[in-house]
Amino acid sequence: MFDKLDQIFVTALHWLVGFLPDAWRPLASSLICIAFILSVFPAVFSVTTIFERKGIGRIQNRYGPNRVGIPFTKIRLAGFGQFIPDGVKMLTKEDIVPRAADKIVHFLAPVVMLIPVLLTYAVLPFGKNMTVTDYDAGLLFFFAVGGAVELSVFMAGWSSRNKYSLLGAMRAIAQMVSYEIPLILSAVTVVMVVGSLNLNDIIAHQNQYTFGIAHWHVFTPWGLVGFILFFIASLAESNRTPFDLPEAESEIIAGYFTEYSGFKFALFFLGEYLGMFAIIGLGITLFLGGWTSPVSFLTWIPSYVWFFTKLMAIVFVFIWIRATLPRLRMDQLMNFAWKFMLPLALINILVAGIWHYMAADWQRWLVCSAIIFGAYVVFGRGLMHNQKLGKRIYRYAE
Amino acid sequence: MSPFFIITGIVTLLGAVFAMSLRNLVHCALAMAVAFSGIAALYLQLDAQFVGFAEILVYVGAIAILIVFAILLTRSGEAPEKSVLTSGWLAGIAVSAVVFTMLGWAVLNSSAIPKETPPAPVATVKNVGDALMTKFVLPLEIIAAMIGAVIIALKEESKNENSGRKS
Repeated sequence: MFDKLDQIFVTALHWLVGFLPDAWRPLASSLICIAFILSVFPAVFSVTTIFERKGIGRIQNRYGPNRVGIPFTKIRLAGFGQFIPDGVKMLTKEDIVPRAADKIVHFLAPVVMLIPVLLTYAVLPFGKNMTVTDYDAGLLFFFAVGGAVELSVFMAGWSSRNKYSLLGAMRAIAQMVSYEIPLILSAVTVVMVVGSLNLNDIIAHQNQYTFGIAHWHVFTPWGLVGFILFFIASLAESNRTPFDLPEAESEIIAGYFTEYSGFKFALFFLGEYLGMFAIIGLGITLFLGGWTSPVSFLTWIPSYVWFFTKLMAIVFVFIWIRATLPRLRMDQLMNFAWKFMLPLALINILVAGIWHYMAADWQRWLVCSAIIFGAYVVFGRGLMHNQKLGKRIYRYAE
Repeated sequence: MSPFFIITGIVTLLGAVFAMSLRNLVHCALAMAVAFSGIAALYLQLDAQFVGFAEILVYVGAIAILIVFAILLTRSGEAPEKSVLTSGWLAGIAVSAVVFTMLGWAVLNSSAIPKETPPAPVATVKNVGDALMTKFVLPLEIIAAMIGAVIIALKEESKNENSGRKS
Protein backbone atom coordinates (compact mmCIF):
# COMPACT_ATOMS: atom_id res chain seq x y z
CA MET A 1 0.00 0.00 0.00
CA PHE A 2 2.66 2.51 1.05
CA ASP A 3 4.93 1.19 -1.70
CA LYS A 4 2.24 2.01 -4.23
CA LEU A 5 1.82 5.49 -2.78
CA ASP A 6 5.59 5.97 -2.94
CA GLN A 7 5.72 4.99 -6.61
CA ILE A 8 2.45 6.69 -7.63
CA PHE A 9 4.13 9.25 -9.93
CA VAL A 10 6.35 6.63 -11.59
CA THR A 11 3.33 4.36 -12.16
CA ALA A 12 1.30 7.27 -13.51
CA LEU A 13 4.09 8.14 -15.95
CA HIS A 14 4.30 4.54 -17.22
CA TRP A 15 0.51 4.36 -17.52
CA LEU A 16 0.34 7.62 -19.51
CA VAL A 17 3.21 6.67 -21.81
CA GLY A 18 1.69 3.22 -22.31
CA PHE A 19 -1.05 4.70 -24.53
CA LEU A 20 1.49 5.72 -27.17
CA PRO A 21 3.24 3.60 -29.81
CA ASP A 22 6.74 2.37 -28.87
CA ALA A 23 8.59 4.87 -31.05
CA TRP A 24 7.02 7.87 -29.28
CA ARG A 25 7.54 6.64 -25.72
CA PRO A 26 11.04 8.07 -24.90
CA LEU A 27 10.07 11.50 -26.26
CA ALA A 28 6.72 11.53 -24.46
CA SER A 29 8.22 10.41 -21.17
CA SER A 30 10.91 13.11 -21.27
CA LEU A 31 8.29 15.74 -22.19
CA ILE A 32 6.18 14.72 -19.18
CA CYS A 33 9.25 14.90 -16.92
CA ILE A 34 10.07 18.38 -18.25
CA ALA A 35 6.47 19.46 -17.60
CA PHE A 36 6.77 18.08 -14.06
CA ILE A 37 9.91 20.12 -13.33
CA LEU A 38 8.51 23.24 -15.03
CA SER A 39 5.30 23.09 -13.01
CA VAL A 40 6.41 21.86 -9.58
CA PHE A 41 9.46 24.01 -8.90
CA PRO A 42 7.99 27.38 -9.95
CA ALA A 43 5.03 26.47 -7.69
CA VAL A 44 7.44 25.82 -4.83
CA PHE A 45 9.06 29.15 -5.72
CA SER A 46 5.80 31.07 -5.50
CA VAL A 47 4.95 29.55 -2.12
CA THR A 48 8.49 30.24 -0.89
CA THR A 49 8.21 33.95 -1.69
CA ILE A 50 5.20 34.13 0.66
CA PHE A 51 7.02 32.12 3.32
CA GLU A 52 9.97 34.43 2.97
CA ARG A 53 7.96 37.64 3.24
CA LYS A 54 5.88 36.38 6.15
CA GLY A 55 8.86 34.80 7.90
CA ILE A 56 11.02 37.90 7.65
CA GLY A 57 8.04 39.96 8.74
CA ARG A 58 7.59 37.78 11.80
CA ILE A 59 11.30 37.99 12.69
CA GLN A 60 11.24 41.78 12.22
CA ASN A 61 8.14 42.07 14.41
CA ARG A 62 5.62 43.03 11.72
CA TYR A 63 2.85 41.17 9.92
CA GLY A 64 4.02 40.65 6.36
CA PRO A 65 1.43 40.00 3.62
CA ASN A 66 -1.85 38.89 5.22
CA ARG A 67 -4.64 40.25 2.99
CA VAL A 68 -4.79 38.42 -0.33
CA GLY A 69 -6.51 35.07 -0.42
CA ILE A 70 -8.46 33.50 -3.27
CA PRO A 71 -9.40 36.26 -5.79
CA PHE A 72 -13.10 37.32 -6.01
CA THR A 73 -13.98 35.59 -2.72
CA LYS A 74 -13.69 36.60 0.89
CA ILE A 75 -11.33 33.76 1.80
CA ARG A 76 -8.04 35.24 2.95
CA LEU A 77 -5.81 32.18 3.52
CA ALA A 78 -3.64 34.30 5.86
CA GLY A 79 -2.11 36.08 2.85
CA PHE A 80 -0.98 32.97 1.01
CA GLY A 81 -2.66 34.16 -2.20
CA GLN A 82 -0.20 37.03 -2.45
CA PHE A 83 1.90 35.36 -5.17
CA ILE A 84 -0.98 35.57 -7.70
CA PRO A 85 -1.18 39.40 -7.75
CA ASP A 86 2.62 39.49 -7.54
CA GLY A 87 2.87 37.36 -10.67
CA VAL A 88 0.19 39.33 -12.52
CA LYS A 89 1.98 42.56 -11.59
CA MET A 90 5.28 41.23 -12.97
CA LEU A 91 3.63 40.12 -16.22
CA THR A 92 1.77 43.37 -16.85
CA LYS A 93 4.56 45.80 -16.04
CA GLU A 94 6.18 47.75 -18.85
CA ASP A 95 9.36 46.18 -20.17
CA ILE A 96 11.94 48.97 -20.16
CA VAL A 97 15.19 48.55 -22.07
CA PRO A 98 17.81 51.31 -21.66
CA ARG A 99 18.54 53.17 -24.90
CA ALA A 100 22.28 52.54 -24.68
CA ALA A 101 21.79 48.86 -23.84
CA ASP A 102 22.98 46.07 -26.08
CA LYS A 103 19.48 44.95 -27.10
CA ILE A 104 20.14 41.33 -28.06
CA VAL A 105 22.39 40.43 -25.12
CA HIS A 106 20.09 42.31 -22.76
CA PHE A 107 17.18 40.21 -24.02
CA LEU A 108 19.06 36.91 -23.91
CA ALA A 109 20.58 37.23 -20.42
CA PRO A 110 17.52 36.16 -18.37
CA VAL A 111 16.90 33.25 -20.75
CA VAL A 112 20.52 32.10 -20.53
CA MET A 113 20.20 32.35 -16.75
CA LEU A 114 17.15 30.11 -16.55
CA ILE A 115 18.25 27.36 -18.99
CA PRO A 116 21.26 25.98 -17.03
CA VAL A 117 19.35 26.28 -13.78
CA LEU A 118 16.50 24.18 -15.17
CA LEU A 119 18.97 21.70 -16.69
CA THR A 120 20.46 20.97 -13.27
CA TYR A 121 17.12 19.50 -12.18
CA ALA A 122 17.58 16.75 -14.77
CA VAL A 123 19.93 14.77 -12.52
CA LEU A 124 18.39 15.43 -9.08
CA PRO A 125 16.60 12.43 -7.54
CA PHE A 126 13.28 13.78 -6.19
CA GLY A 127 12.23 10.38 -4.88
CA LYS A 128 12.69 6.66 -5.28
CA ASN A 129 13.09 5.94 -9.05
CA MET A 130 12.31 9.60 -9.71
CA THR A 131 15.41 10.85 -11.52
CA VAL A 132 14.80 12.33 -14.96
CA THR A 133 18.16 11.33 -16.50
CA ASP A 134 20.28 8.87 -14.57
CA TYR A 135 23.71 10.02 -15.74
CA ASP A 136 26.77 8.04 -14.75
CA ALA A 137 28.44 11.36 -13.86
CA GLY A 138 25.40 13.21 -12.53
CA LEU A 139 27.34 15.25 -9.99
CA LEU A 140 29.77 16.44 -12.66
CA PHE A 141 26.81 17.39 -14.90
CA PHE A 142 25.30 19.45 -12.09
CA PHE A 143 28.49 21.44 -11.47
CA ALA A 144 29.30 21.82 -15.17
CA VAL A 145 25.88 23.19 -16.08
CA GLY A 146 25.65 25.29 -12.93
CA GLY A 147 28.89 27.01 -13.89
CA ALA A 148 27.25 28.46 -16.99
CA VAL A 149 25.11 30.77 -14.83
CA GLU A 150 28.09 33.08 -14.38
CA LEU A 151 28.08 33.88 -18.07
CA SER A 152 24.45 35.02 -17.93
CA VAL A 153 25.23 37.25 -14.95
CA PHE A 154 27.99 38.86 -16.95
CA MET A 155 25.71 39.24 -19.98
CA ALA A 156 23.09 41.02 -17.87
CA GLY A 157 25.58 43.31 -16.17
CA TRP A 158 27.53 44.22 -19.28
CA SER A 159 24.65 44.69 -21.71
CA SER A 160 22.77 47.12 -19.44
CA ARG A 161 25.46 49.81 -19.92
CA ASN A 162 25.04 50.82 -16.32
CA LYS A 163 27.86 51.21 -13.79
CA TYR A 164 25.82 49.60 -11.02
CA SER A 165 24.95 46.63 -13.22
CA LEU A 166 28.56 46.06 -14.22
CA LEU A 167 29.77 46.40 -10.61
CA GLY A 168 27.12 43.93 -9.50
CA ALA A 169 28.08 41.48 -12.23
CA MET A 170 31.77 41.74 -11.34
CA ARG A 171 31.00 41.13 -7.68
CA ALA A 172 28.70 38.23 -8.50
CA ILE A 173 31.23 36.51 -10.76
CA ALA A 174 34.10 36.99 -8.29
CA GLN A 175 31.94 35.56 -5.53
CA MET A 176 30.62 32.63 -7.57
CA VAL A 177 34.09 31.65 -8.84
CA SER A 178 35.54 31.82 -5.32
CA TYR A 179 32.80 29.85 -3.60
CA GLU A 180 32.51 27.24 -6.33
CA ILE A 181 35.85 25.79 -5.18
CA PRO A 182 34.85 24.96 -1.57
CA LEU A 183 31.46 23.85 -2.93
CA ILE A 184 33.01 21.28 -5.26
CA LEU A 185 35.76 20.24 -2.82
CA SER A 186 33.22 19.56 -0.09
CA ALA A 187 31.25 17.39 -2.53
CA VAL A 188 34.45 15.52 -3.49
CA THR A 189 34.58 13.87 -0.05
CA VAL A 190 31.24 12.17 -0.73
CA VAL A 191 32.48 10.96 -4.14
CA MET A 192 35.61 9.56 -2.49
CA VAL A 193 33.73 7.60 0.15
CA VAL A 194 30.92 6.36 -2.12
CA GLY A 195 33.16 5.75 -5.12
CA SER A 196 30.63 7.03 -7.66
CA LEU A 197 29.54 10.28 -9.28
CA ASN A 198 26.03 8.95 -9.77
CA LEU A 199 23.57 10.66 -7.41
CA ASN A 200 21.42 7.53 -7.07
CA ASP A 201 24.47 5.50 -5.98
CA ILE A 202 25.25 8.19 -3.42
CA ILE A 203 21.72 7.89 -2.01
CA ALA A 204 21.87 4.08 -2.03
CA HIS A 205 25.05 4.31 0.05
CA GLN A 206 23.18 6.34 2.68
CA ASN A 207 20.03 4.21 2.60
CA GLN A 208 21.14 1.71 5.28
CA TYR A 209 20.22 1.63 8.94
CA THR A 210 22.10 0.64 12.12
CA PHE A 211 20.09 0.70 15.38
CA GLY A 212 17.30 2.34 13.38
CA ILE A 213 19.35 5.39 12.39
CA ALA A 214 20.26 6.07 8.76
CA HIS A 215 23.85 6.18 7.47
CA TRP A 216 23.54 9.77 6.31
CA HIS A 217 26.90 11.33 5.52
CA VAL A 218 26.13 14.27 7.78
CA PHE A 219 26.35 11.89 10.77
CA THR A 220 30.10 11.40 10.23
CA PRO A 221 32.86 13.94 11.12
CA TRP A 222 33.87 14.59 7.50
CA GLY A 223 30.22 14.67 6.43
CA LEU A 224 29.29 17.23 9.06
CA VAL A 225 32.15 19.53 8.04
CA GLY A 226 31.42 18.89 4.37
CA PHE A 227 27.75 19.71 4.86
CA ILE A 228 28.49 22.95 6.72
CA LEU A 229 31.00 24.02 4.05
CA PHE A 230 28.55 23.06 1.31
CA PHE A 231 25.77 24.96 3.07
CA ILE A 232 27.82 28.16 3.40
CA ALA A 233 29.06 27.91 -0.19
CA SER A 234 25.54 27.32 -1.47
CA LEU A 235 24.38 30.44 0.38
CA ALA A 236 27.08 32.33 -1.52
CA GLU A 237 26.33 30.64 -4.85
CA SER A 238 22.66 31.62 -4.65
CA ASN A 239 23.56 35.23 -3.64
CA ARG A 240 21.72 35.08 -0.33
CA THR A 241 22.45 37.12 2.78
CA PRO A 242 25.13 37.33 4.26
CA PHE A 243 26.66 36.95 0.79
CA ASP A 244 24.26 39.21 -1.14
CA LEU A 245 26.88 41.77 -2.17
CA PRO A 246 26.08 41.36 -5.89
CA GLU A 247 22.65 42.86 -5.31
CA ALA A 248 23.34 44.99 -2.23
CA GLU A 249 20.37 47.39 -2.32
CA SER A 250 22.04 50.09 -0.26
CA GLU A 251 25.12 50.27 -2.48
CA ILE A 252 24.41 49.25 -6.06
CA ILE A 253 20.58 49.30 -6.31
CA ALA A 254 19.98 45.72 -7.49
CA GLY A 255 23.31 44.67 -8.95
CA TYR A 256 23.31 43.03 -12.34
CA PHE A 257 19.55 43.23 -12.83
CA THR A 258 19.19 46.92 -12.04
CA GLU A 259 18.06 47.67 -15.61
CA TYR A 260 15.54 44.86 -15.86
CA SER A 261 11.84 45.28 -15.34
CA GLY A 262 8.63 43.38 -15.82
CA PHE A 263 8.84 39.80 -16.93
CA LYS A 264 12.60 39.78 -17.48
CA PHE A 265 13.08 40.78 -13.85
CA ALA A 266 10.68 38.01 -12.87
CA LEU A 267 12.82 35.54 -14.85
CA PHE A 268 15.93 36.59 -12.93
CA PHE A 269 14.03 36.28 -9.68
CA LEU A 270 12.76 32.85 -10.68
CA GLY A 271 16.20 31.75 -11.88
CA GLU A 272 17.79 32.77 -8.61
CA TYR A 273 15.27 30.87 -6.50
CA LEU A 274 15.31 27.80 -8.74
CA GLY A 275 19.10 27.80 -8.55
CA MET A 276 18.82 27.94 -4.78
CA PHE A 277 16.38 24.99 -4.71
CA ALA A 278 18.61 22.97 -7.05
CA ILE A 279 21.73 23.49 -4.97
CA ILE A 280 19.84 22.71 -1.76
CA GLY A 281 18.52 19.57 -3.45
CA LEU A 282 22.08 18.57 -4.29
CA GLY A 283 23.17 19.22 -0.69
CA ILE A 284 20.31 17.05 0.56
CA THR A 285 21.29 14.30 -1.87
CA LEU A 286 24.96 14.39 -0.93
CA PHE A 287 24.79 14.74 2.84
CA LEU A 288 21.23 14.43 4.14
CA GLY A 289 20.33 11.12 2.54
CA GLY A 290 18.29 12.47 -0.39
CA TRP A 291 14.82 10.99 -0.27
CA THR A 292 15.59 8.50 2.51
CA SER A 293 14.14 8.70 6.00
CA PRO A 294 16.37 9.47 9.00
CA VAL A 295 14.99 6.65 11.16
CA SER A 296 13.98 3.18 10.00
CA PHE A 297 10.44 3.23 11.48
CA LEU A 298 9.48 6.19 9.26
CA THR A 299 10.46 4.57 5.95
CA TRP A 300 6.76 4.17 5.04
CA ILE A 301 6.43 7.91 4.37
CA PRO A 302 6.73 8.43 0.57
CA SER A 303 10.22 9.34 -0.61
CA TYR A 304 9.20 12.55 -2.42
CA VAL A 305 7.57 13.79 0.81
CA TRP A 306 10.93 13.41 2.56
CA PHE A 307 12.75 15.22 -0.25
CA PHE A 308 10.44 18.21 -0.28
CA THR A 309 10.25 18.33 3.54
CA LYS A 310 14.04 18.54 3.74
CA LEU A 311 14.08 21.10 0.92
CA MET A 312 11.59 23.38 2.65
CA ALA A 313 13.36 22.95 6.01
CA ILE A 314 16.65 24.18 4.55
CA VAL A 315 14.89 26.96 2.64
CA PHE A 316 13.49 28.03 6.02
CA VAL A 317 17.03 28.14 7.47
CA PHE A 318 18.07 30.28 4.48
CA ILE A 319 15.21 32.71 5.21
CA TRP A 320 16.10 32.73 8.90
CA ILE A 321 19.74 33.57 8.08
CA ARG A 322 18.60 36.30 5.68
CA ALA A 323 16.54 37.97 8.39
CA THR A 324 19.25 37.63 11.04
CA LEU A 325 22.73 38.26 9.65
CA PRO A 326 24.19 41.50 8.23
CA ARG A 327 25.95 41.66 4.86
CA LEU A 328 29.68 40.87 4.64
CA ARG A 329 32.22 43.25 3.18
CA MET A 330 33.94 42.30 -0.08
CA ASP A 331 37.38 41.62 1.47
CA GLN A 332 35.81 39.64 4.33
CA LEU A 333 33.94 37.58 1.75
CA MET A 334 37.11 36.77 -0.20
CA ASN A 335 39.21 36.13 2.93
CA PHE A 336 36.59 33.76 4.25
CA ALA A 337 36.47 31.76 1.02
CA TRP A 338 40.19 31.51 0.31
CA LYS A 339 41.76 31.53 3.78
CA PHE A 340 39.23 29.56 5.79
CA MET A 341 36.87 27.47 3.66
CA LEU A 342 39.38 26.30 1.06
CA PRO A 343 42.00 24.98 3.54
CA LEU A 344 39.30 23.41 5.68
CA ALA A 345 37.80 21.71 2.61
CA LEU A 346 41.24 20.33 1.65
CA ILE A 347 41.80 19.02 5.22
CA ASN A 348 38.34 17.50 5.02
CA ILE A 349 39.32 15.57 1.88
CA LEU A 350 42.30 14.17 3.83
CA VAL A 351 39.99 13.25 6.70
CA ALA A 352 37.60 11.47 4.34
CA GLY A 353 40.55 9.42 3.05
CA ILE A 354 41.58 8.49 6.61
CA TRP A 355 37.97 7.63 7.44
CA HIS A 356 37.80 5.34 4.42
CA TYR A 357 40.95 3.37 5.29
CA MET A 358 40.69 3.08 9.10
CA ALA A 359 38.81 0.21 10.71
CA ALA A 360 35.19 1.01 11.54
CA ASP A 361 35.35 1.52 15.30
CA TRP A 362 35.57 4.41 17.81
CA GLN A 363 39.22 5.18 16.98
CA ARG A 364 38.46 6.59 13.56
CA TRP A 365 35.81 8.85 15.07
CA LEU A 366 38.42 10.14 17.52
CA VAL A 367 41.19 10.65 14.94
CA CYS A 368 38.95 12.29 12.32
CA SER A 369 37.21 14.58 14.81
CA ALA A 370 40.55 15.59 16.34
CA ILE A 371 42.06 16.53 12.94
CA ILE A 372 38.98 18.56 11.96
CA PHE A 373 38.74 20.31 15.30
CA GLY A 374 42.46 21.13 15.26
CA ALA A 375 42.26 22.51 11.73
CA TYR A 376 39.17 24.54 12.61
CA VAL A 377 40.89 26.12 15.61
CA VAL A 378 44.14 26.83 13.74
CA PHE A 379 42.45 28.36 10.67
CA GLY A 380 39.97 30.30 12.79
CA ARG A 381 42.71 31.77 14.97
CA GLY A 382 44.83 32.50 11.90
CA LEU A 383 42.00 34.39 10.22
CA MET A 384 41.12 36.40 13.32
CA HIS A 385 44.79 37.25 13.96
CA ASN A 386 45.59 40.93 13.25
CA GLN A 387 41.89 41.69 12.79
CA LYS A 388 41.82 44.13 15.75
CA LEU A 389 38.15 43.63 16.49
CA GLY A 390 36.79 46.03 19.05
CA LYS A 391 34.64 49.07 19.50
CA ARG A 392 34.05 50.89 16.26
CA ILE A 393 35.72 54.30 16.08
CA TYR A 394 33.94 56.92 13.98
CA ARG A 395 36.47 59.22 12.42
CA TYR A 396 34.21 61.82 10.86
CA ALA A 397 30.83 61.40 12.49
CA GLU A 398 31.58 62.39 16.08
CA MET B 1 23.40 11.45 -39.49
CA SER B 2 20.76 12.03 -36.85
CA PRO B 3 18.83 15.31 -36.74
CA PHE B 4 20.37 16.06 -33.31
CA PHE B 5 23.84 15.84 -34.83
CA ILE B 6 22.87 18.22 -37.65
CA ILE B 7 21.33 20.74 -35.26
CA THR B 8 24.27 20.77 -32.85
CA GLY B 9 26.71 20.86 -35.76
CA ILE B 10 25.00 23.91 -37.28
CA VAL B 11 24.87 25.67 -33.89
CA THR B 12 28.58 24.98 -33.29
CA LEU B 13 29.61 26.18 -36.74
CA LEU B 14 27.45 29.32 -36.52
CA GLY B 15 28.92 30.09 -33.11
CA ALA B 16 32.43 29.70 -34.48
CA VAL B 17 31.70 31.87 -37.53
CA PHE B 18 30.16 34.62 -35.40
CA ALA B 19 33.07 34.41 -32.96
CA MET B 20 35.36 35.38 -35.83
CA SER B 21 33.24 37.86 -37.70
CA LEU B 22 31.31 39.96 -35.18
CA ARG B 23 32.57 43.47 -34.52
CA ASN B 24 32.16 43.76 -30.78
CA LEU B 25 34.73 41.65 -28.94
CA VAL B 26 32.35 40.76 -26.10
CA HIS B 27 29.85 39.46 -28.66
CA CYS B 28 32.65 37.36 -30.15
CA ALA B 29 33.42 35.87 -26.73
CA LEU B 30 29.74 35.04 -26.16
CA ALA B 31 29.50 33.45 -29.62
CA MET B 32 32.53 31.37 -28.76
CA ALA B 33 30.78 30.18 -25.59
CA VAL B 34 27.91 29.00 -27.86
CA ALA B 35 30.43 27.11 -30.01
CA PHE B 36 31.94 25.49 -26.90
CA SER B 37 28.51 24.34 -25.70
CA GLY B 38 27.84 22.91 -29.16
CA ILE B 39 31.10 20.96 -29.03
CA ALA B 40 30.14 19.66 -25.58
CA ALA B 41 26.79 18.49 -26.98
CA LEU B 42 28.64 16.69 -29.79
CA TYR B 43 30.87 14.91 -27.24
CA LEU B 44 27.78 13.85 -25.30
CA GLN B 45 26.28 12.37 -28.47
CA LEU B 46 29.43 10.25 -28.77
CA ASP B 47 28.81 8.95 -25.20
CA ALA B 48 31.92 10.71 -23.93
CA GLN B 49 30.31 12.05 -20.77
CA PHE B 50 33.45 13.12 -18.96
CA VAL B 51 34.88 15.07 -21.90
CA GLY B 52 31.51 16.68 -22.58
CA PHE B 53 30.98 17.85 -19.00
CA ALA B 54 34.60 18.93 -18.64
CA GLU B 55 34.21 20.96 -21.85
CA ILE B 56 31.27 22.87 -20.33
CA LEU B 57 32.91 23.19 -16.90
CA VAL B 58 36.26 24.41 -18.18
CA TYR B 59 35.48 26.26 -21.42
CA VAL B 60 32.01 27.73 -20.88
CA GLY B 61 32.34 28.15 -17.12
CA ALA B 62 35.93 29.34 -16.85
CA ILE B 63 37.66 30.18 -20.14
CA ALA B 64 34.77 32.26 -21.53
CA ILE B 65 34.60 34.24 -18.27
CA LEU B 66 38.39 34.70 -18.36
CA ILE B 67 38.29 36.01 -21.94
CA VAL B 68 35.42 38.35 -21.18
CA PHE B 69 37.25 39.73 -18.15
CA ALA B 70 40.44 40.14 -20.16
CA ILE B 71 38.52 42.15 -22.78
CA LEU B 72 36.89 44.35 -20.15
CA LEU B 73 40.12 45.00 -18.25
CA THR B 74 42.33 45.76 -21.24
CA ARG B 75 40.21 48.02 -23.44
CA SER B 76 36.97 49.91 -23.51
CA GLY B 77 34.09 47.79 -24.74
CA GLU B 78 33.47 50.02 -27.79
CA ALA B 79 33.19 48.36 -31.17
CA PRO B 80 35.90 49.19 -33.73
CA GLU B 81 35.01 51.67 -36.45
CA LYS B 82 36.30 49.83 -39.49
CA SER B 83 34.85 46.59 -40.75
CA VAL B 84 36.35 43.30 -39.65
CA LEU B 85 36.10 41.90 -43.17
CA THR B 86 39.06 43.19 -45.21
CA SER B 87 40.62 42.30 -48.55
CA GLY B 88 43.24 40.22 -46.76
CA TRP B 89 40.47 37.77 -45.90
CA LEU B 90 40.13 36.44 -49.45
CA ALA B 91 43.78 35.41 -49.57
CA GLY B 92 43.45 33.93 -46.10
CA ILE B 93 40.41 31.89 -47.08
CA ALA B 94 42.16 30.62 -50.22
CA VAL B 95 45.29 29.58 -48.30
CA SER B 96 43.32 27.85 -45.55
CA ALA B 97 41.15 26.01 -48.13
CA VAL B 98 44.27 24.72 -49.89
CA VAL B 99 45.83 23.62 -46.58
CA PHE B 100 42.58 21.94 -45.52
CA THR B 101 42.24 19.96 -48.75
CA MET B 102 45.90 18.92 -48.62
CA LEU B 103 45.63 17.76 -45.00
CA GLY B 104 42.31 16.03 -45.62
CA TRP B 105 43.70 14.20 -48.65
CA ALA B 106 46.81 13.18 -46.68
CA VAL B 107 44.80 11.93 -43.71
CA LEU B 108 42.33 9.98 -45.83
CA ASN B 109 45.09 8.26 -47.83
CA SER B 110 47.35 7.64 -44.85
CA SER B 111 48.25 4.04 -44.05
CA ALA B 112 48.46 4.90 -40.31
CA ILE B 113 44.66 4.89 -40.04
CA PRO B 114 43.03 1.45 -39.94
CA LYS B 115 40.41 1.07 -42.67
CA GLU B 116 37.75 -0.68 -40.57
CA THR B 117 36.57 1.18 -37.46
CA PRO B 118 37.59 -0.52 -34.18
CA PRO B 119 34.87 -1.23 -31.55
CA ALA B 120 34.01 1.85 -29.52
CA PRO B 121 35.95 1.92 -26.24
CA VAL B 122 34.02 2.18 -22.98
CA ALA B 123 34.99 5.58 -21.59
CA THR B 124 33.02 5.95 -18.38
CA VAL B 125 34.10 8.54 -15.85
CA LYS B 126 35.36 5.71 -13.64
CA ASN B 127 37.68 4.48 -16.42
CA VAL B 128 39.00 7.98 -17.03
CA GLY B 129 39.67 8.38 -13.31
CA ASP B 130 41.41 5.00 -13.08
CA ALA B 131 43.62 5.86 -16.04
CA LEU B 132 44.51 9.25 -14.53
CA MET B 133 45.49 7.66 -11.22
CA THR B 134 47.49 4.71 -12.63
CA LYS B 135 48.77 5.04 -16.22
CA PHE B 136 48.90 8.84 -16.44
CA VAL B 137 49.68 9.67 -12.81
CA LEU B 138 53.05 11.24 -13.71
CA PRO B 139 51.65 13.91 -16.10
CA LEU B 140 48.98 14.70 -13.50
CA GLU B 141 51.63 15.19 -10.81
CA ILE B 142 53.69 17.34 -13.17
CA ILE B 143 50.72 19.66 -13.71
CA ALA B 144 50.29 20.02 -9.95
CA ALA B 145 54.04 20.66 -9.61
CA MET B 146 53.88 23.33 -12.30
CA ILE B 147 51.08 25.14 -10.48
CA GLY B 148 53.15 24.94 -7.29
CA ALA B 149 56.18 26.34 -9.10
CA VAL B 150 54.14 29.29 -10.39
CA ILE B 151 52.90 30.02 -6.87
CA ILE B 152 56.43 29.90 -5.43
CA ALA B 153 57.66 32.20 -8.18
CA LEU B 154 54.80 34.66 -7.60
CA LYS B 155 55.15 34.90 -3.85
CA GLU B 156 57.73 37.66 -3.56
CA GLU B 157 55.96 40.02 -5.91
CA SER B 158 52.63 39.77 -4.10
CA LYS B 159 54.37 40.34 -0.73
CA ASN B 160 55.91 43.57 -1.97
CA GLU B 161 52.57 44.73 -3.28
CA ASN B 162 50.89 44.07 0.08
CA SER B 163 53.54 45.86 2.08
CA GLY B 164 53.37 48.76 -0.31
CA ARG B 165 49.65 49.07 0.16
CA LYS B 166 49.83 49.01 3.93
CA SER B 167 52.49 51.69 4.38
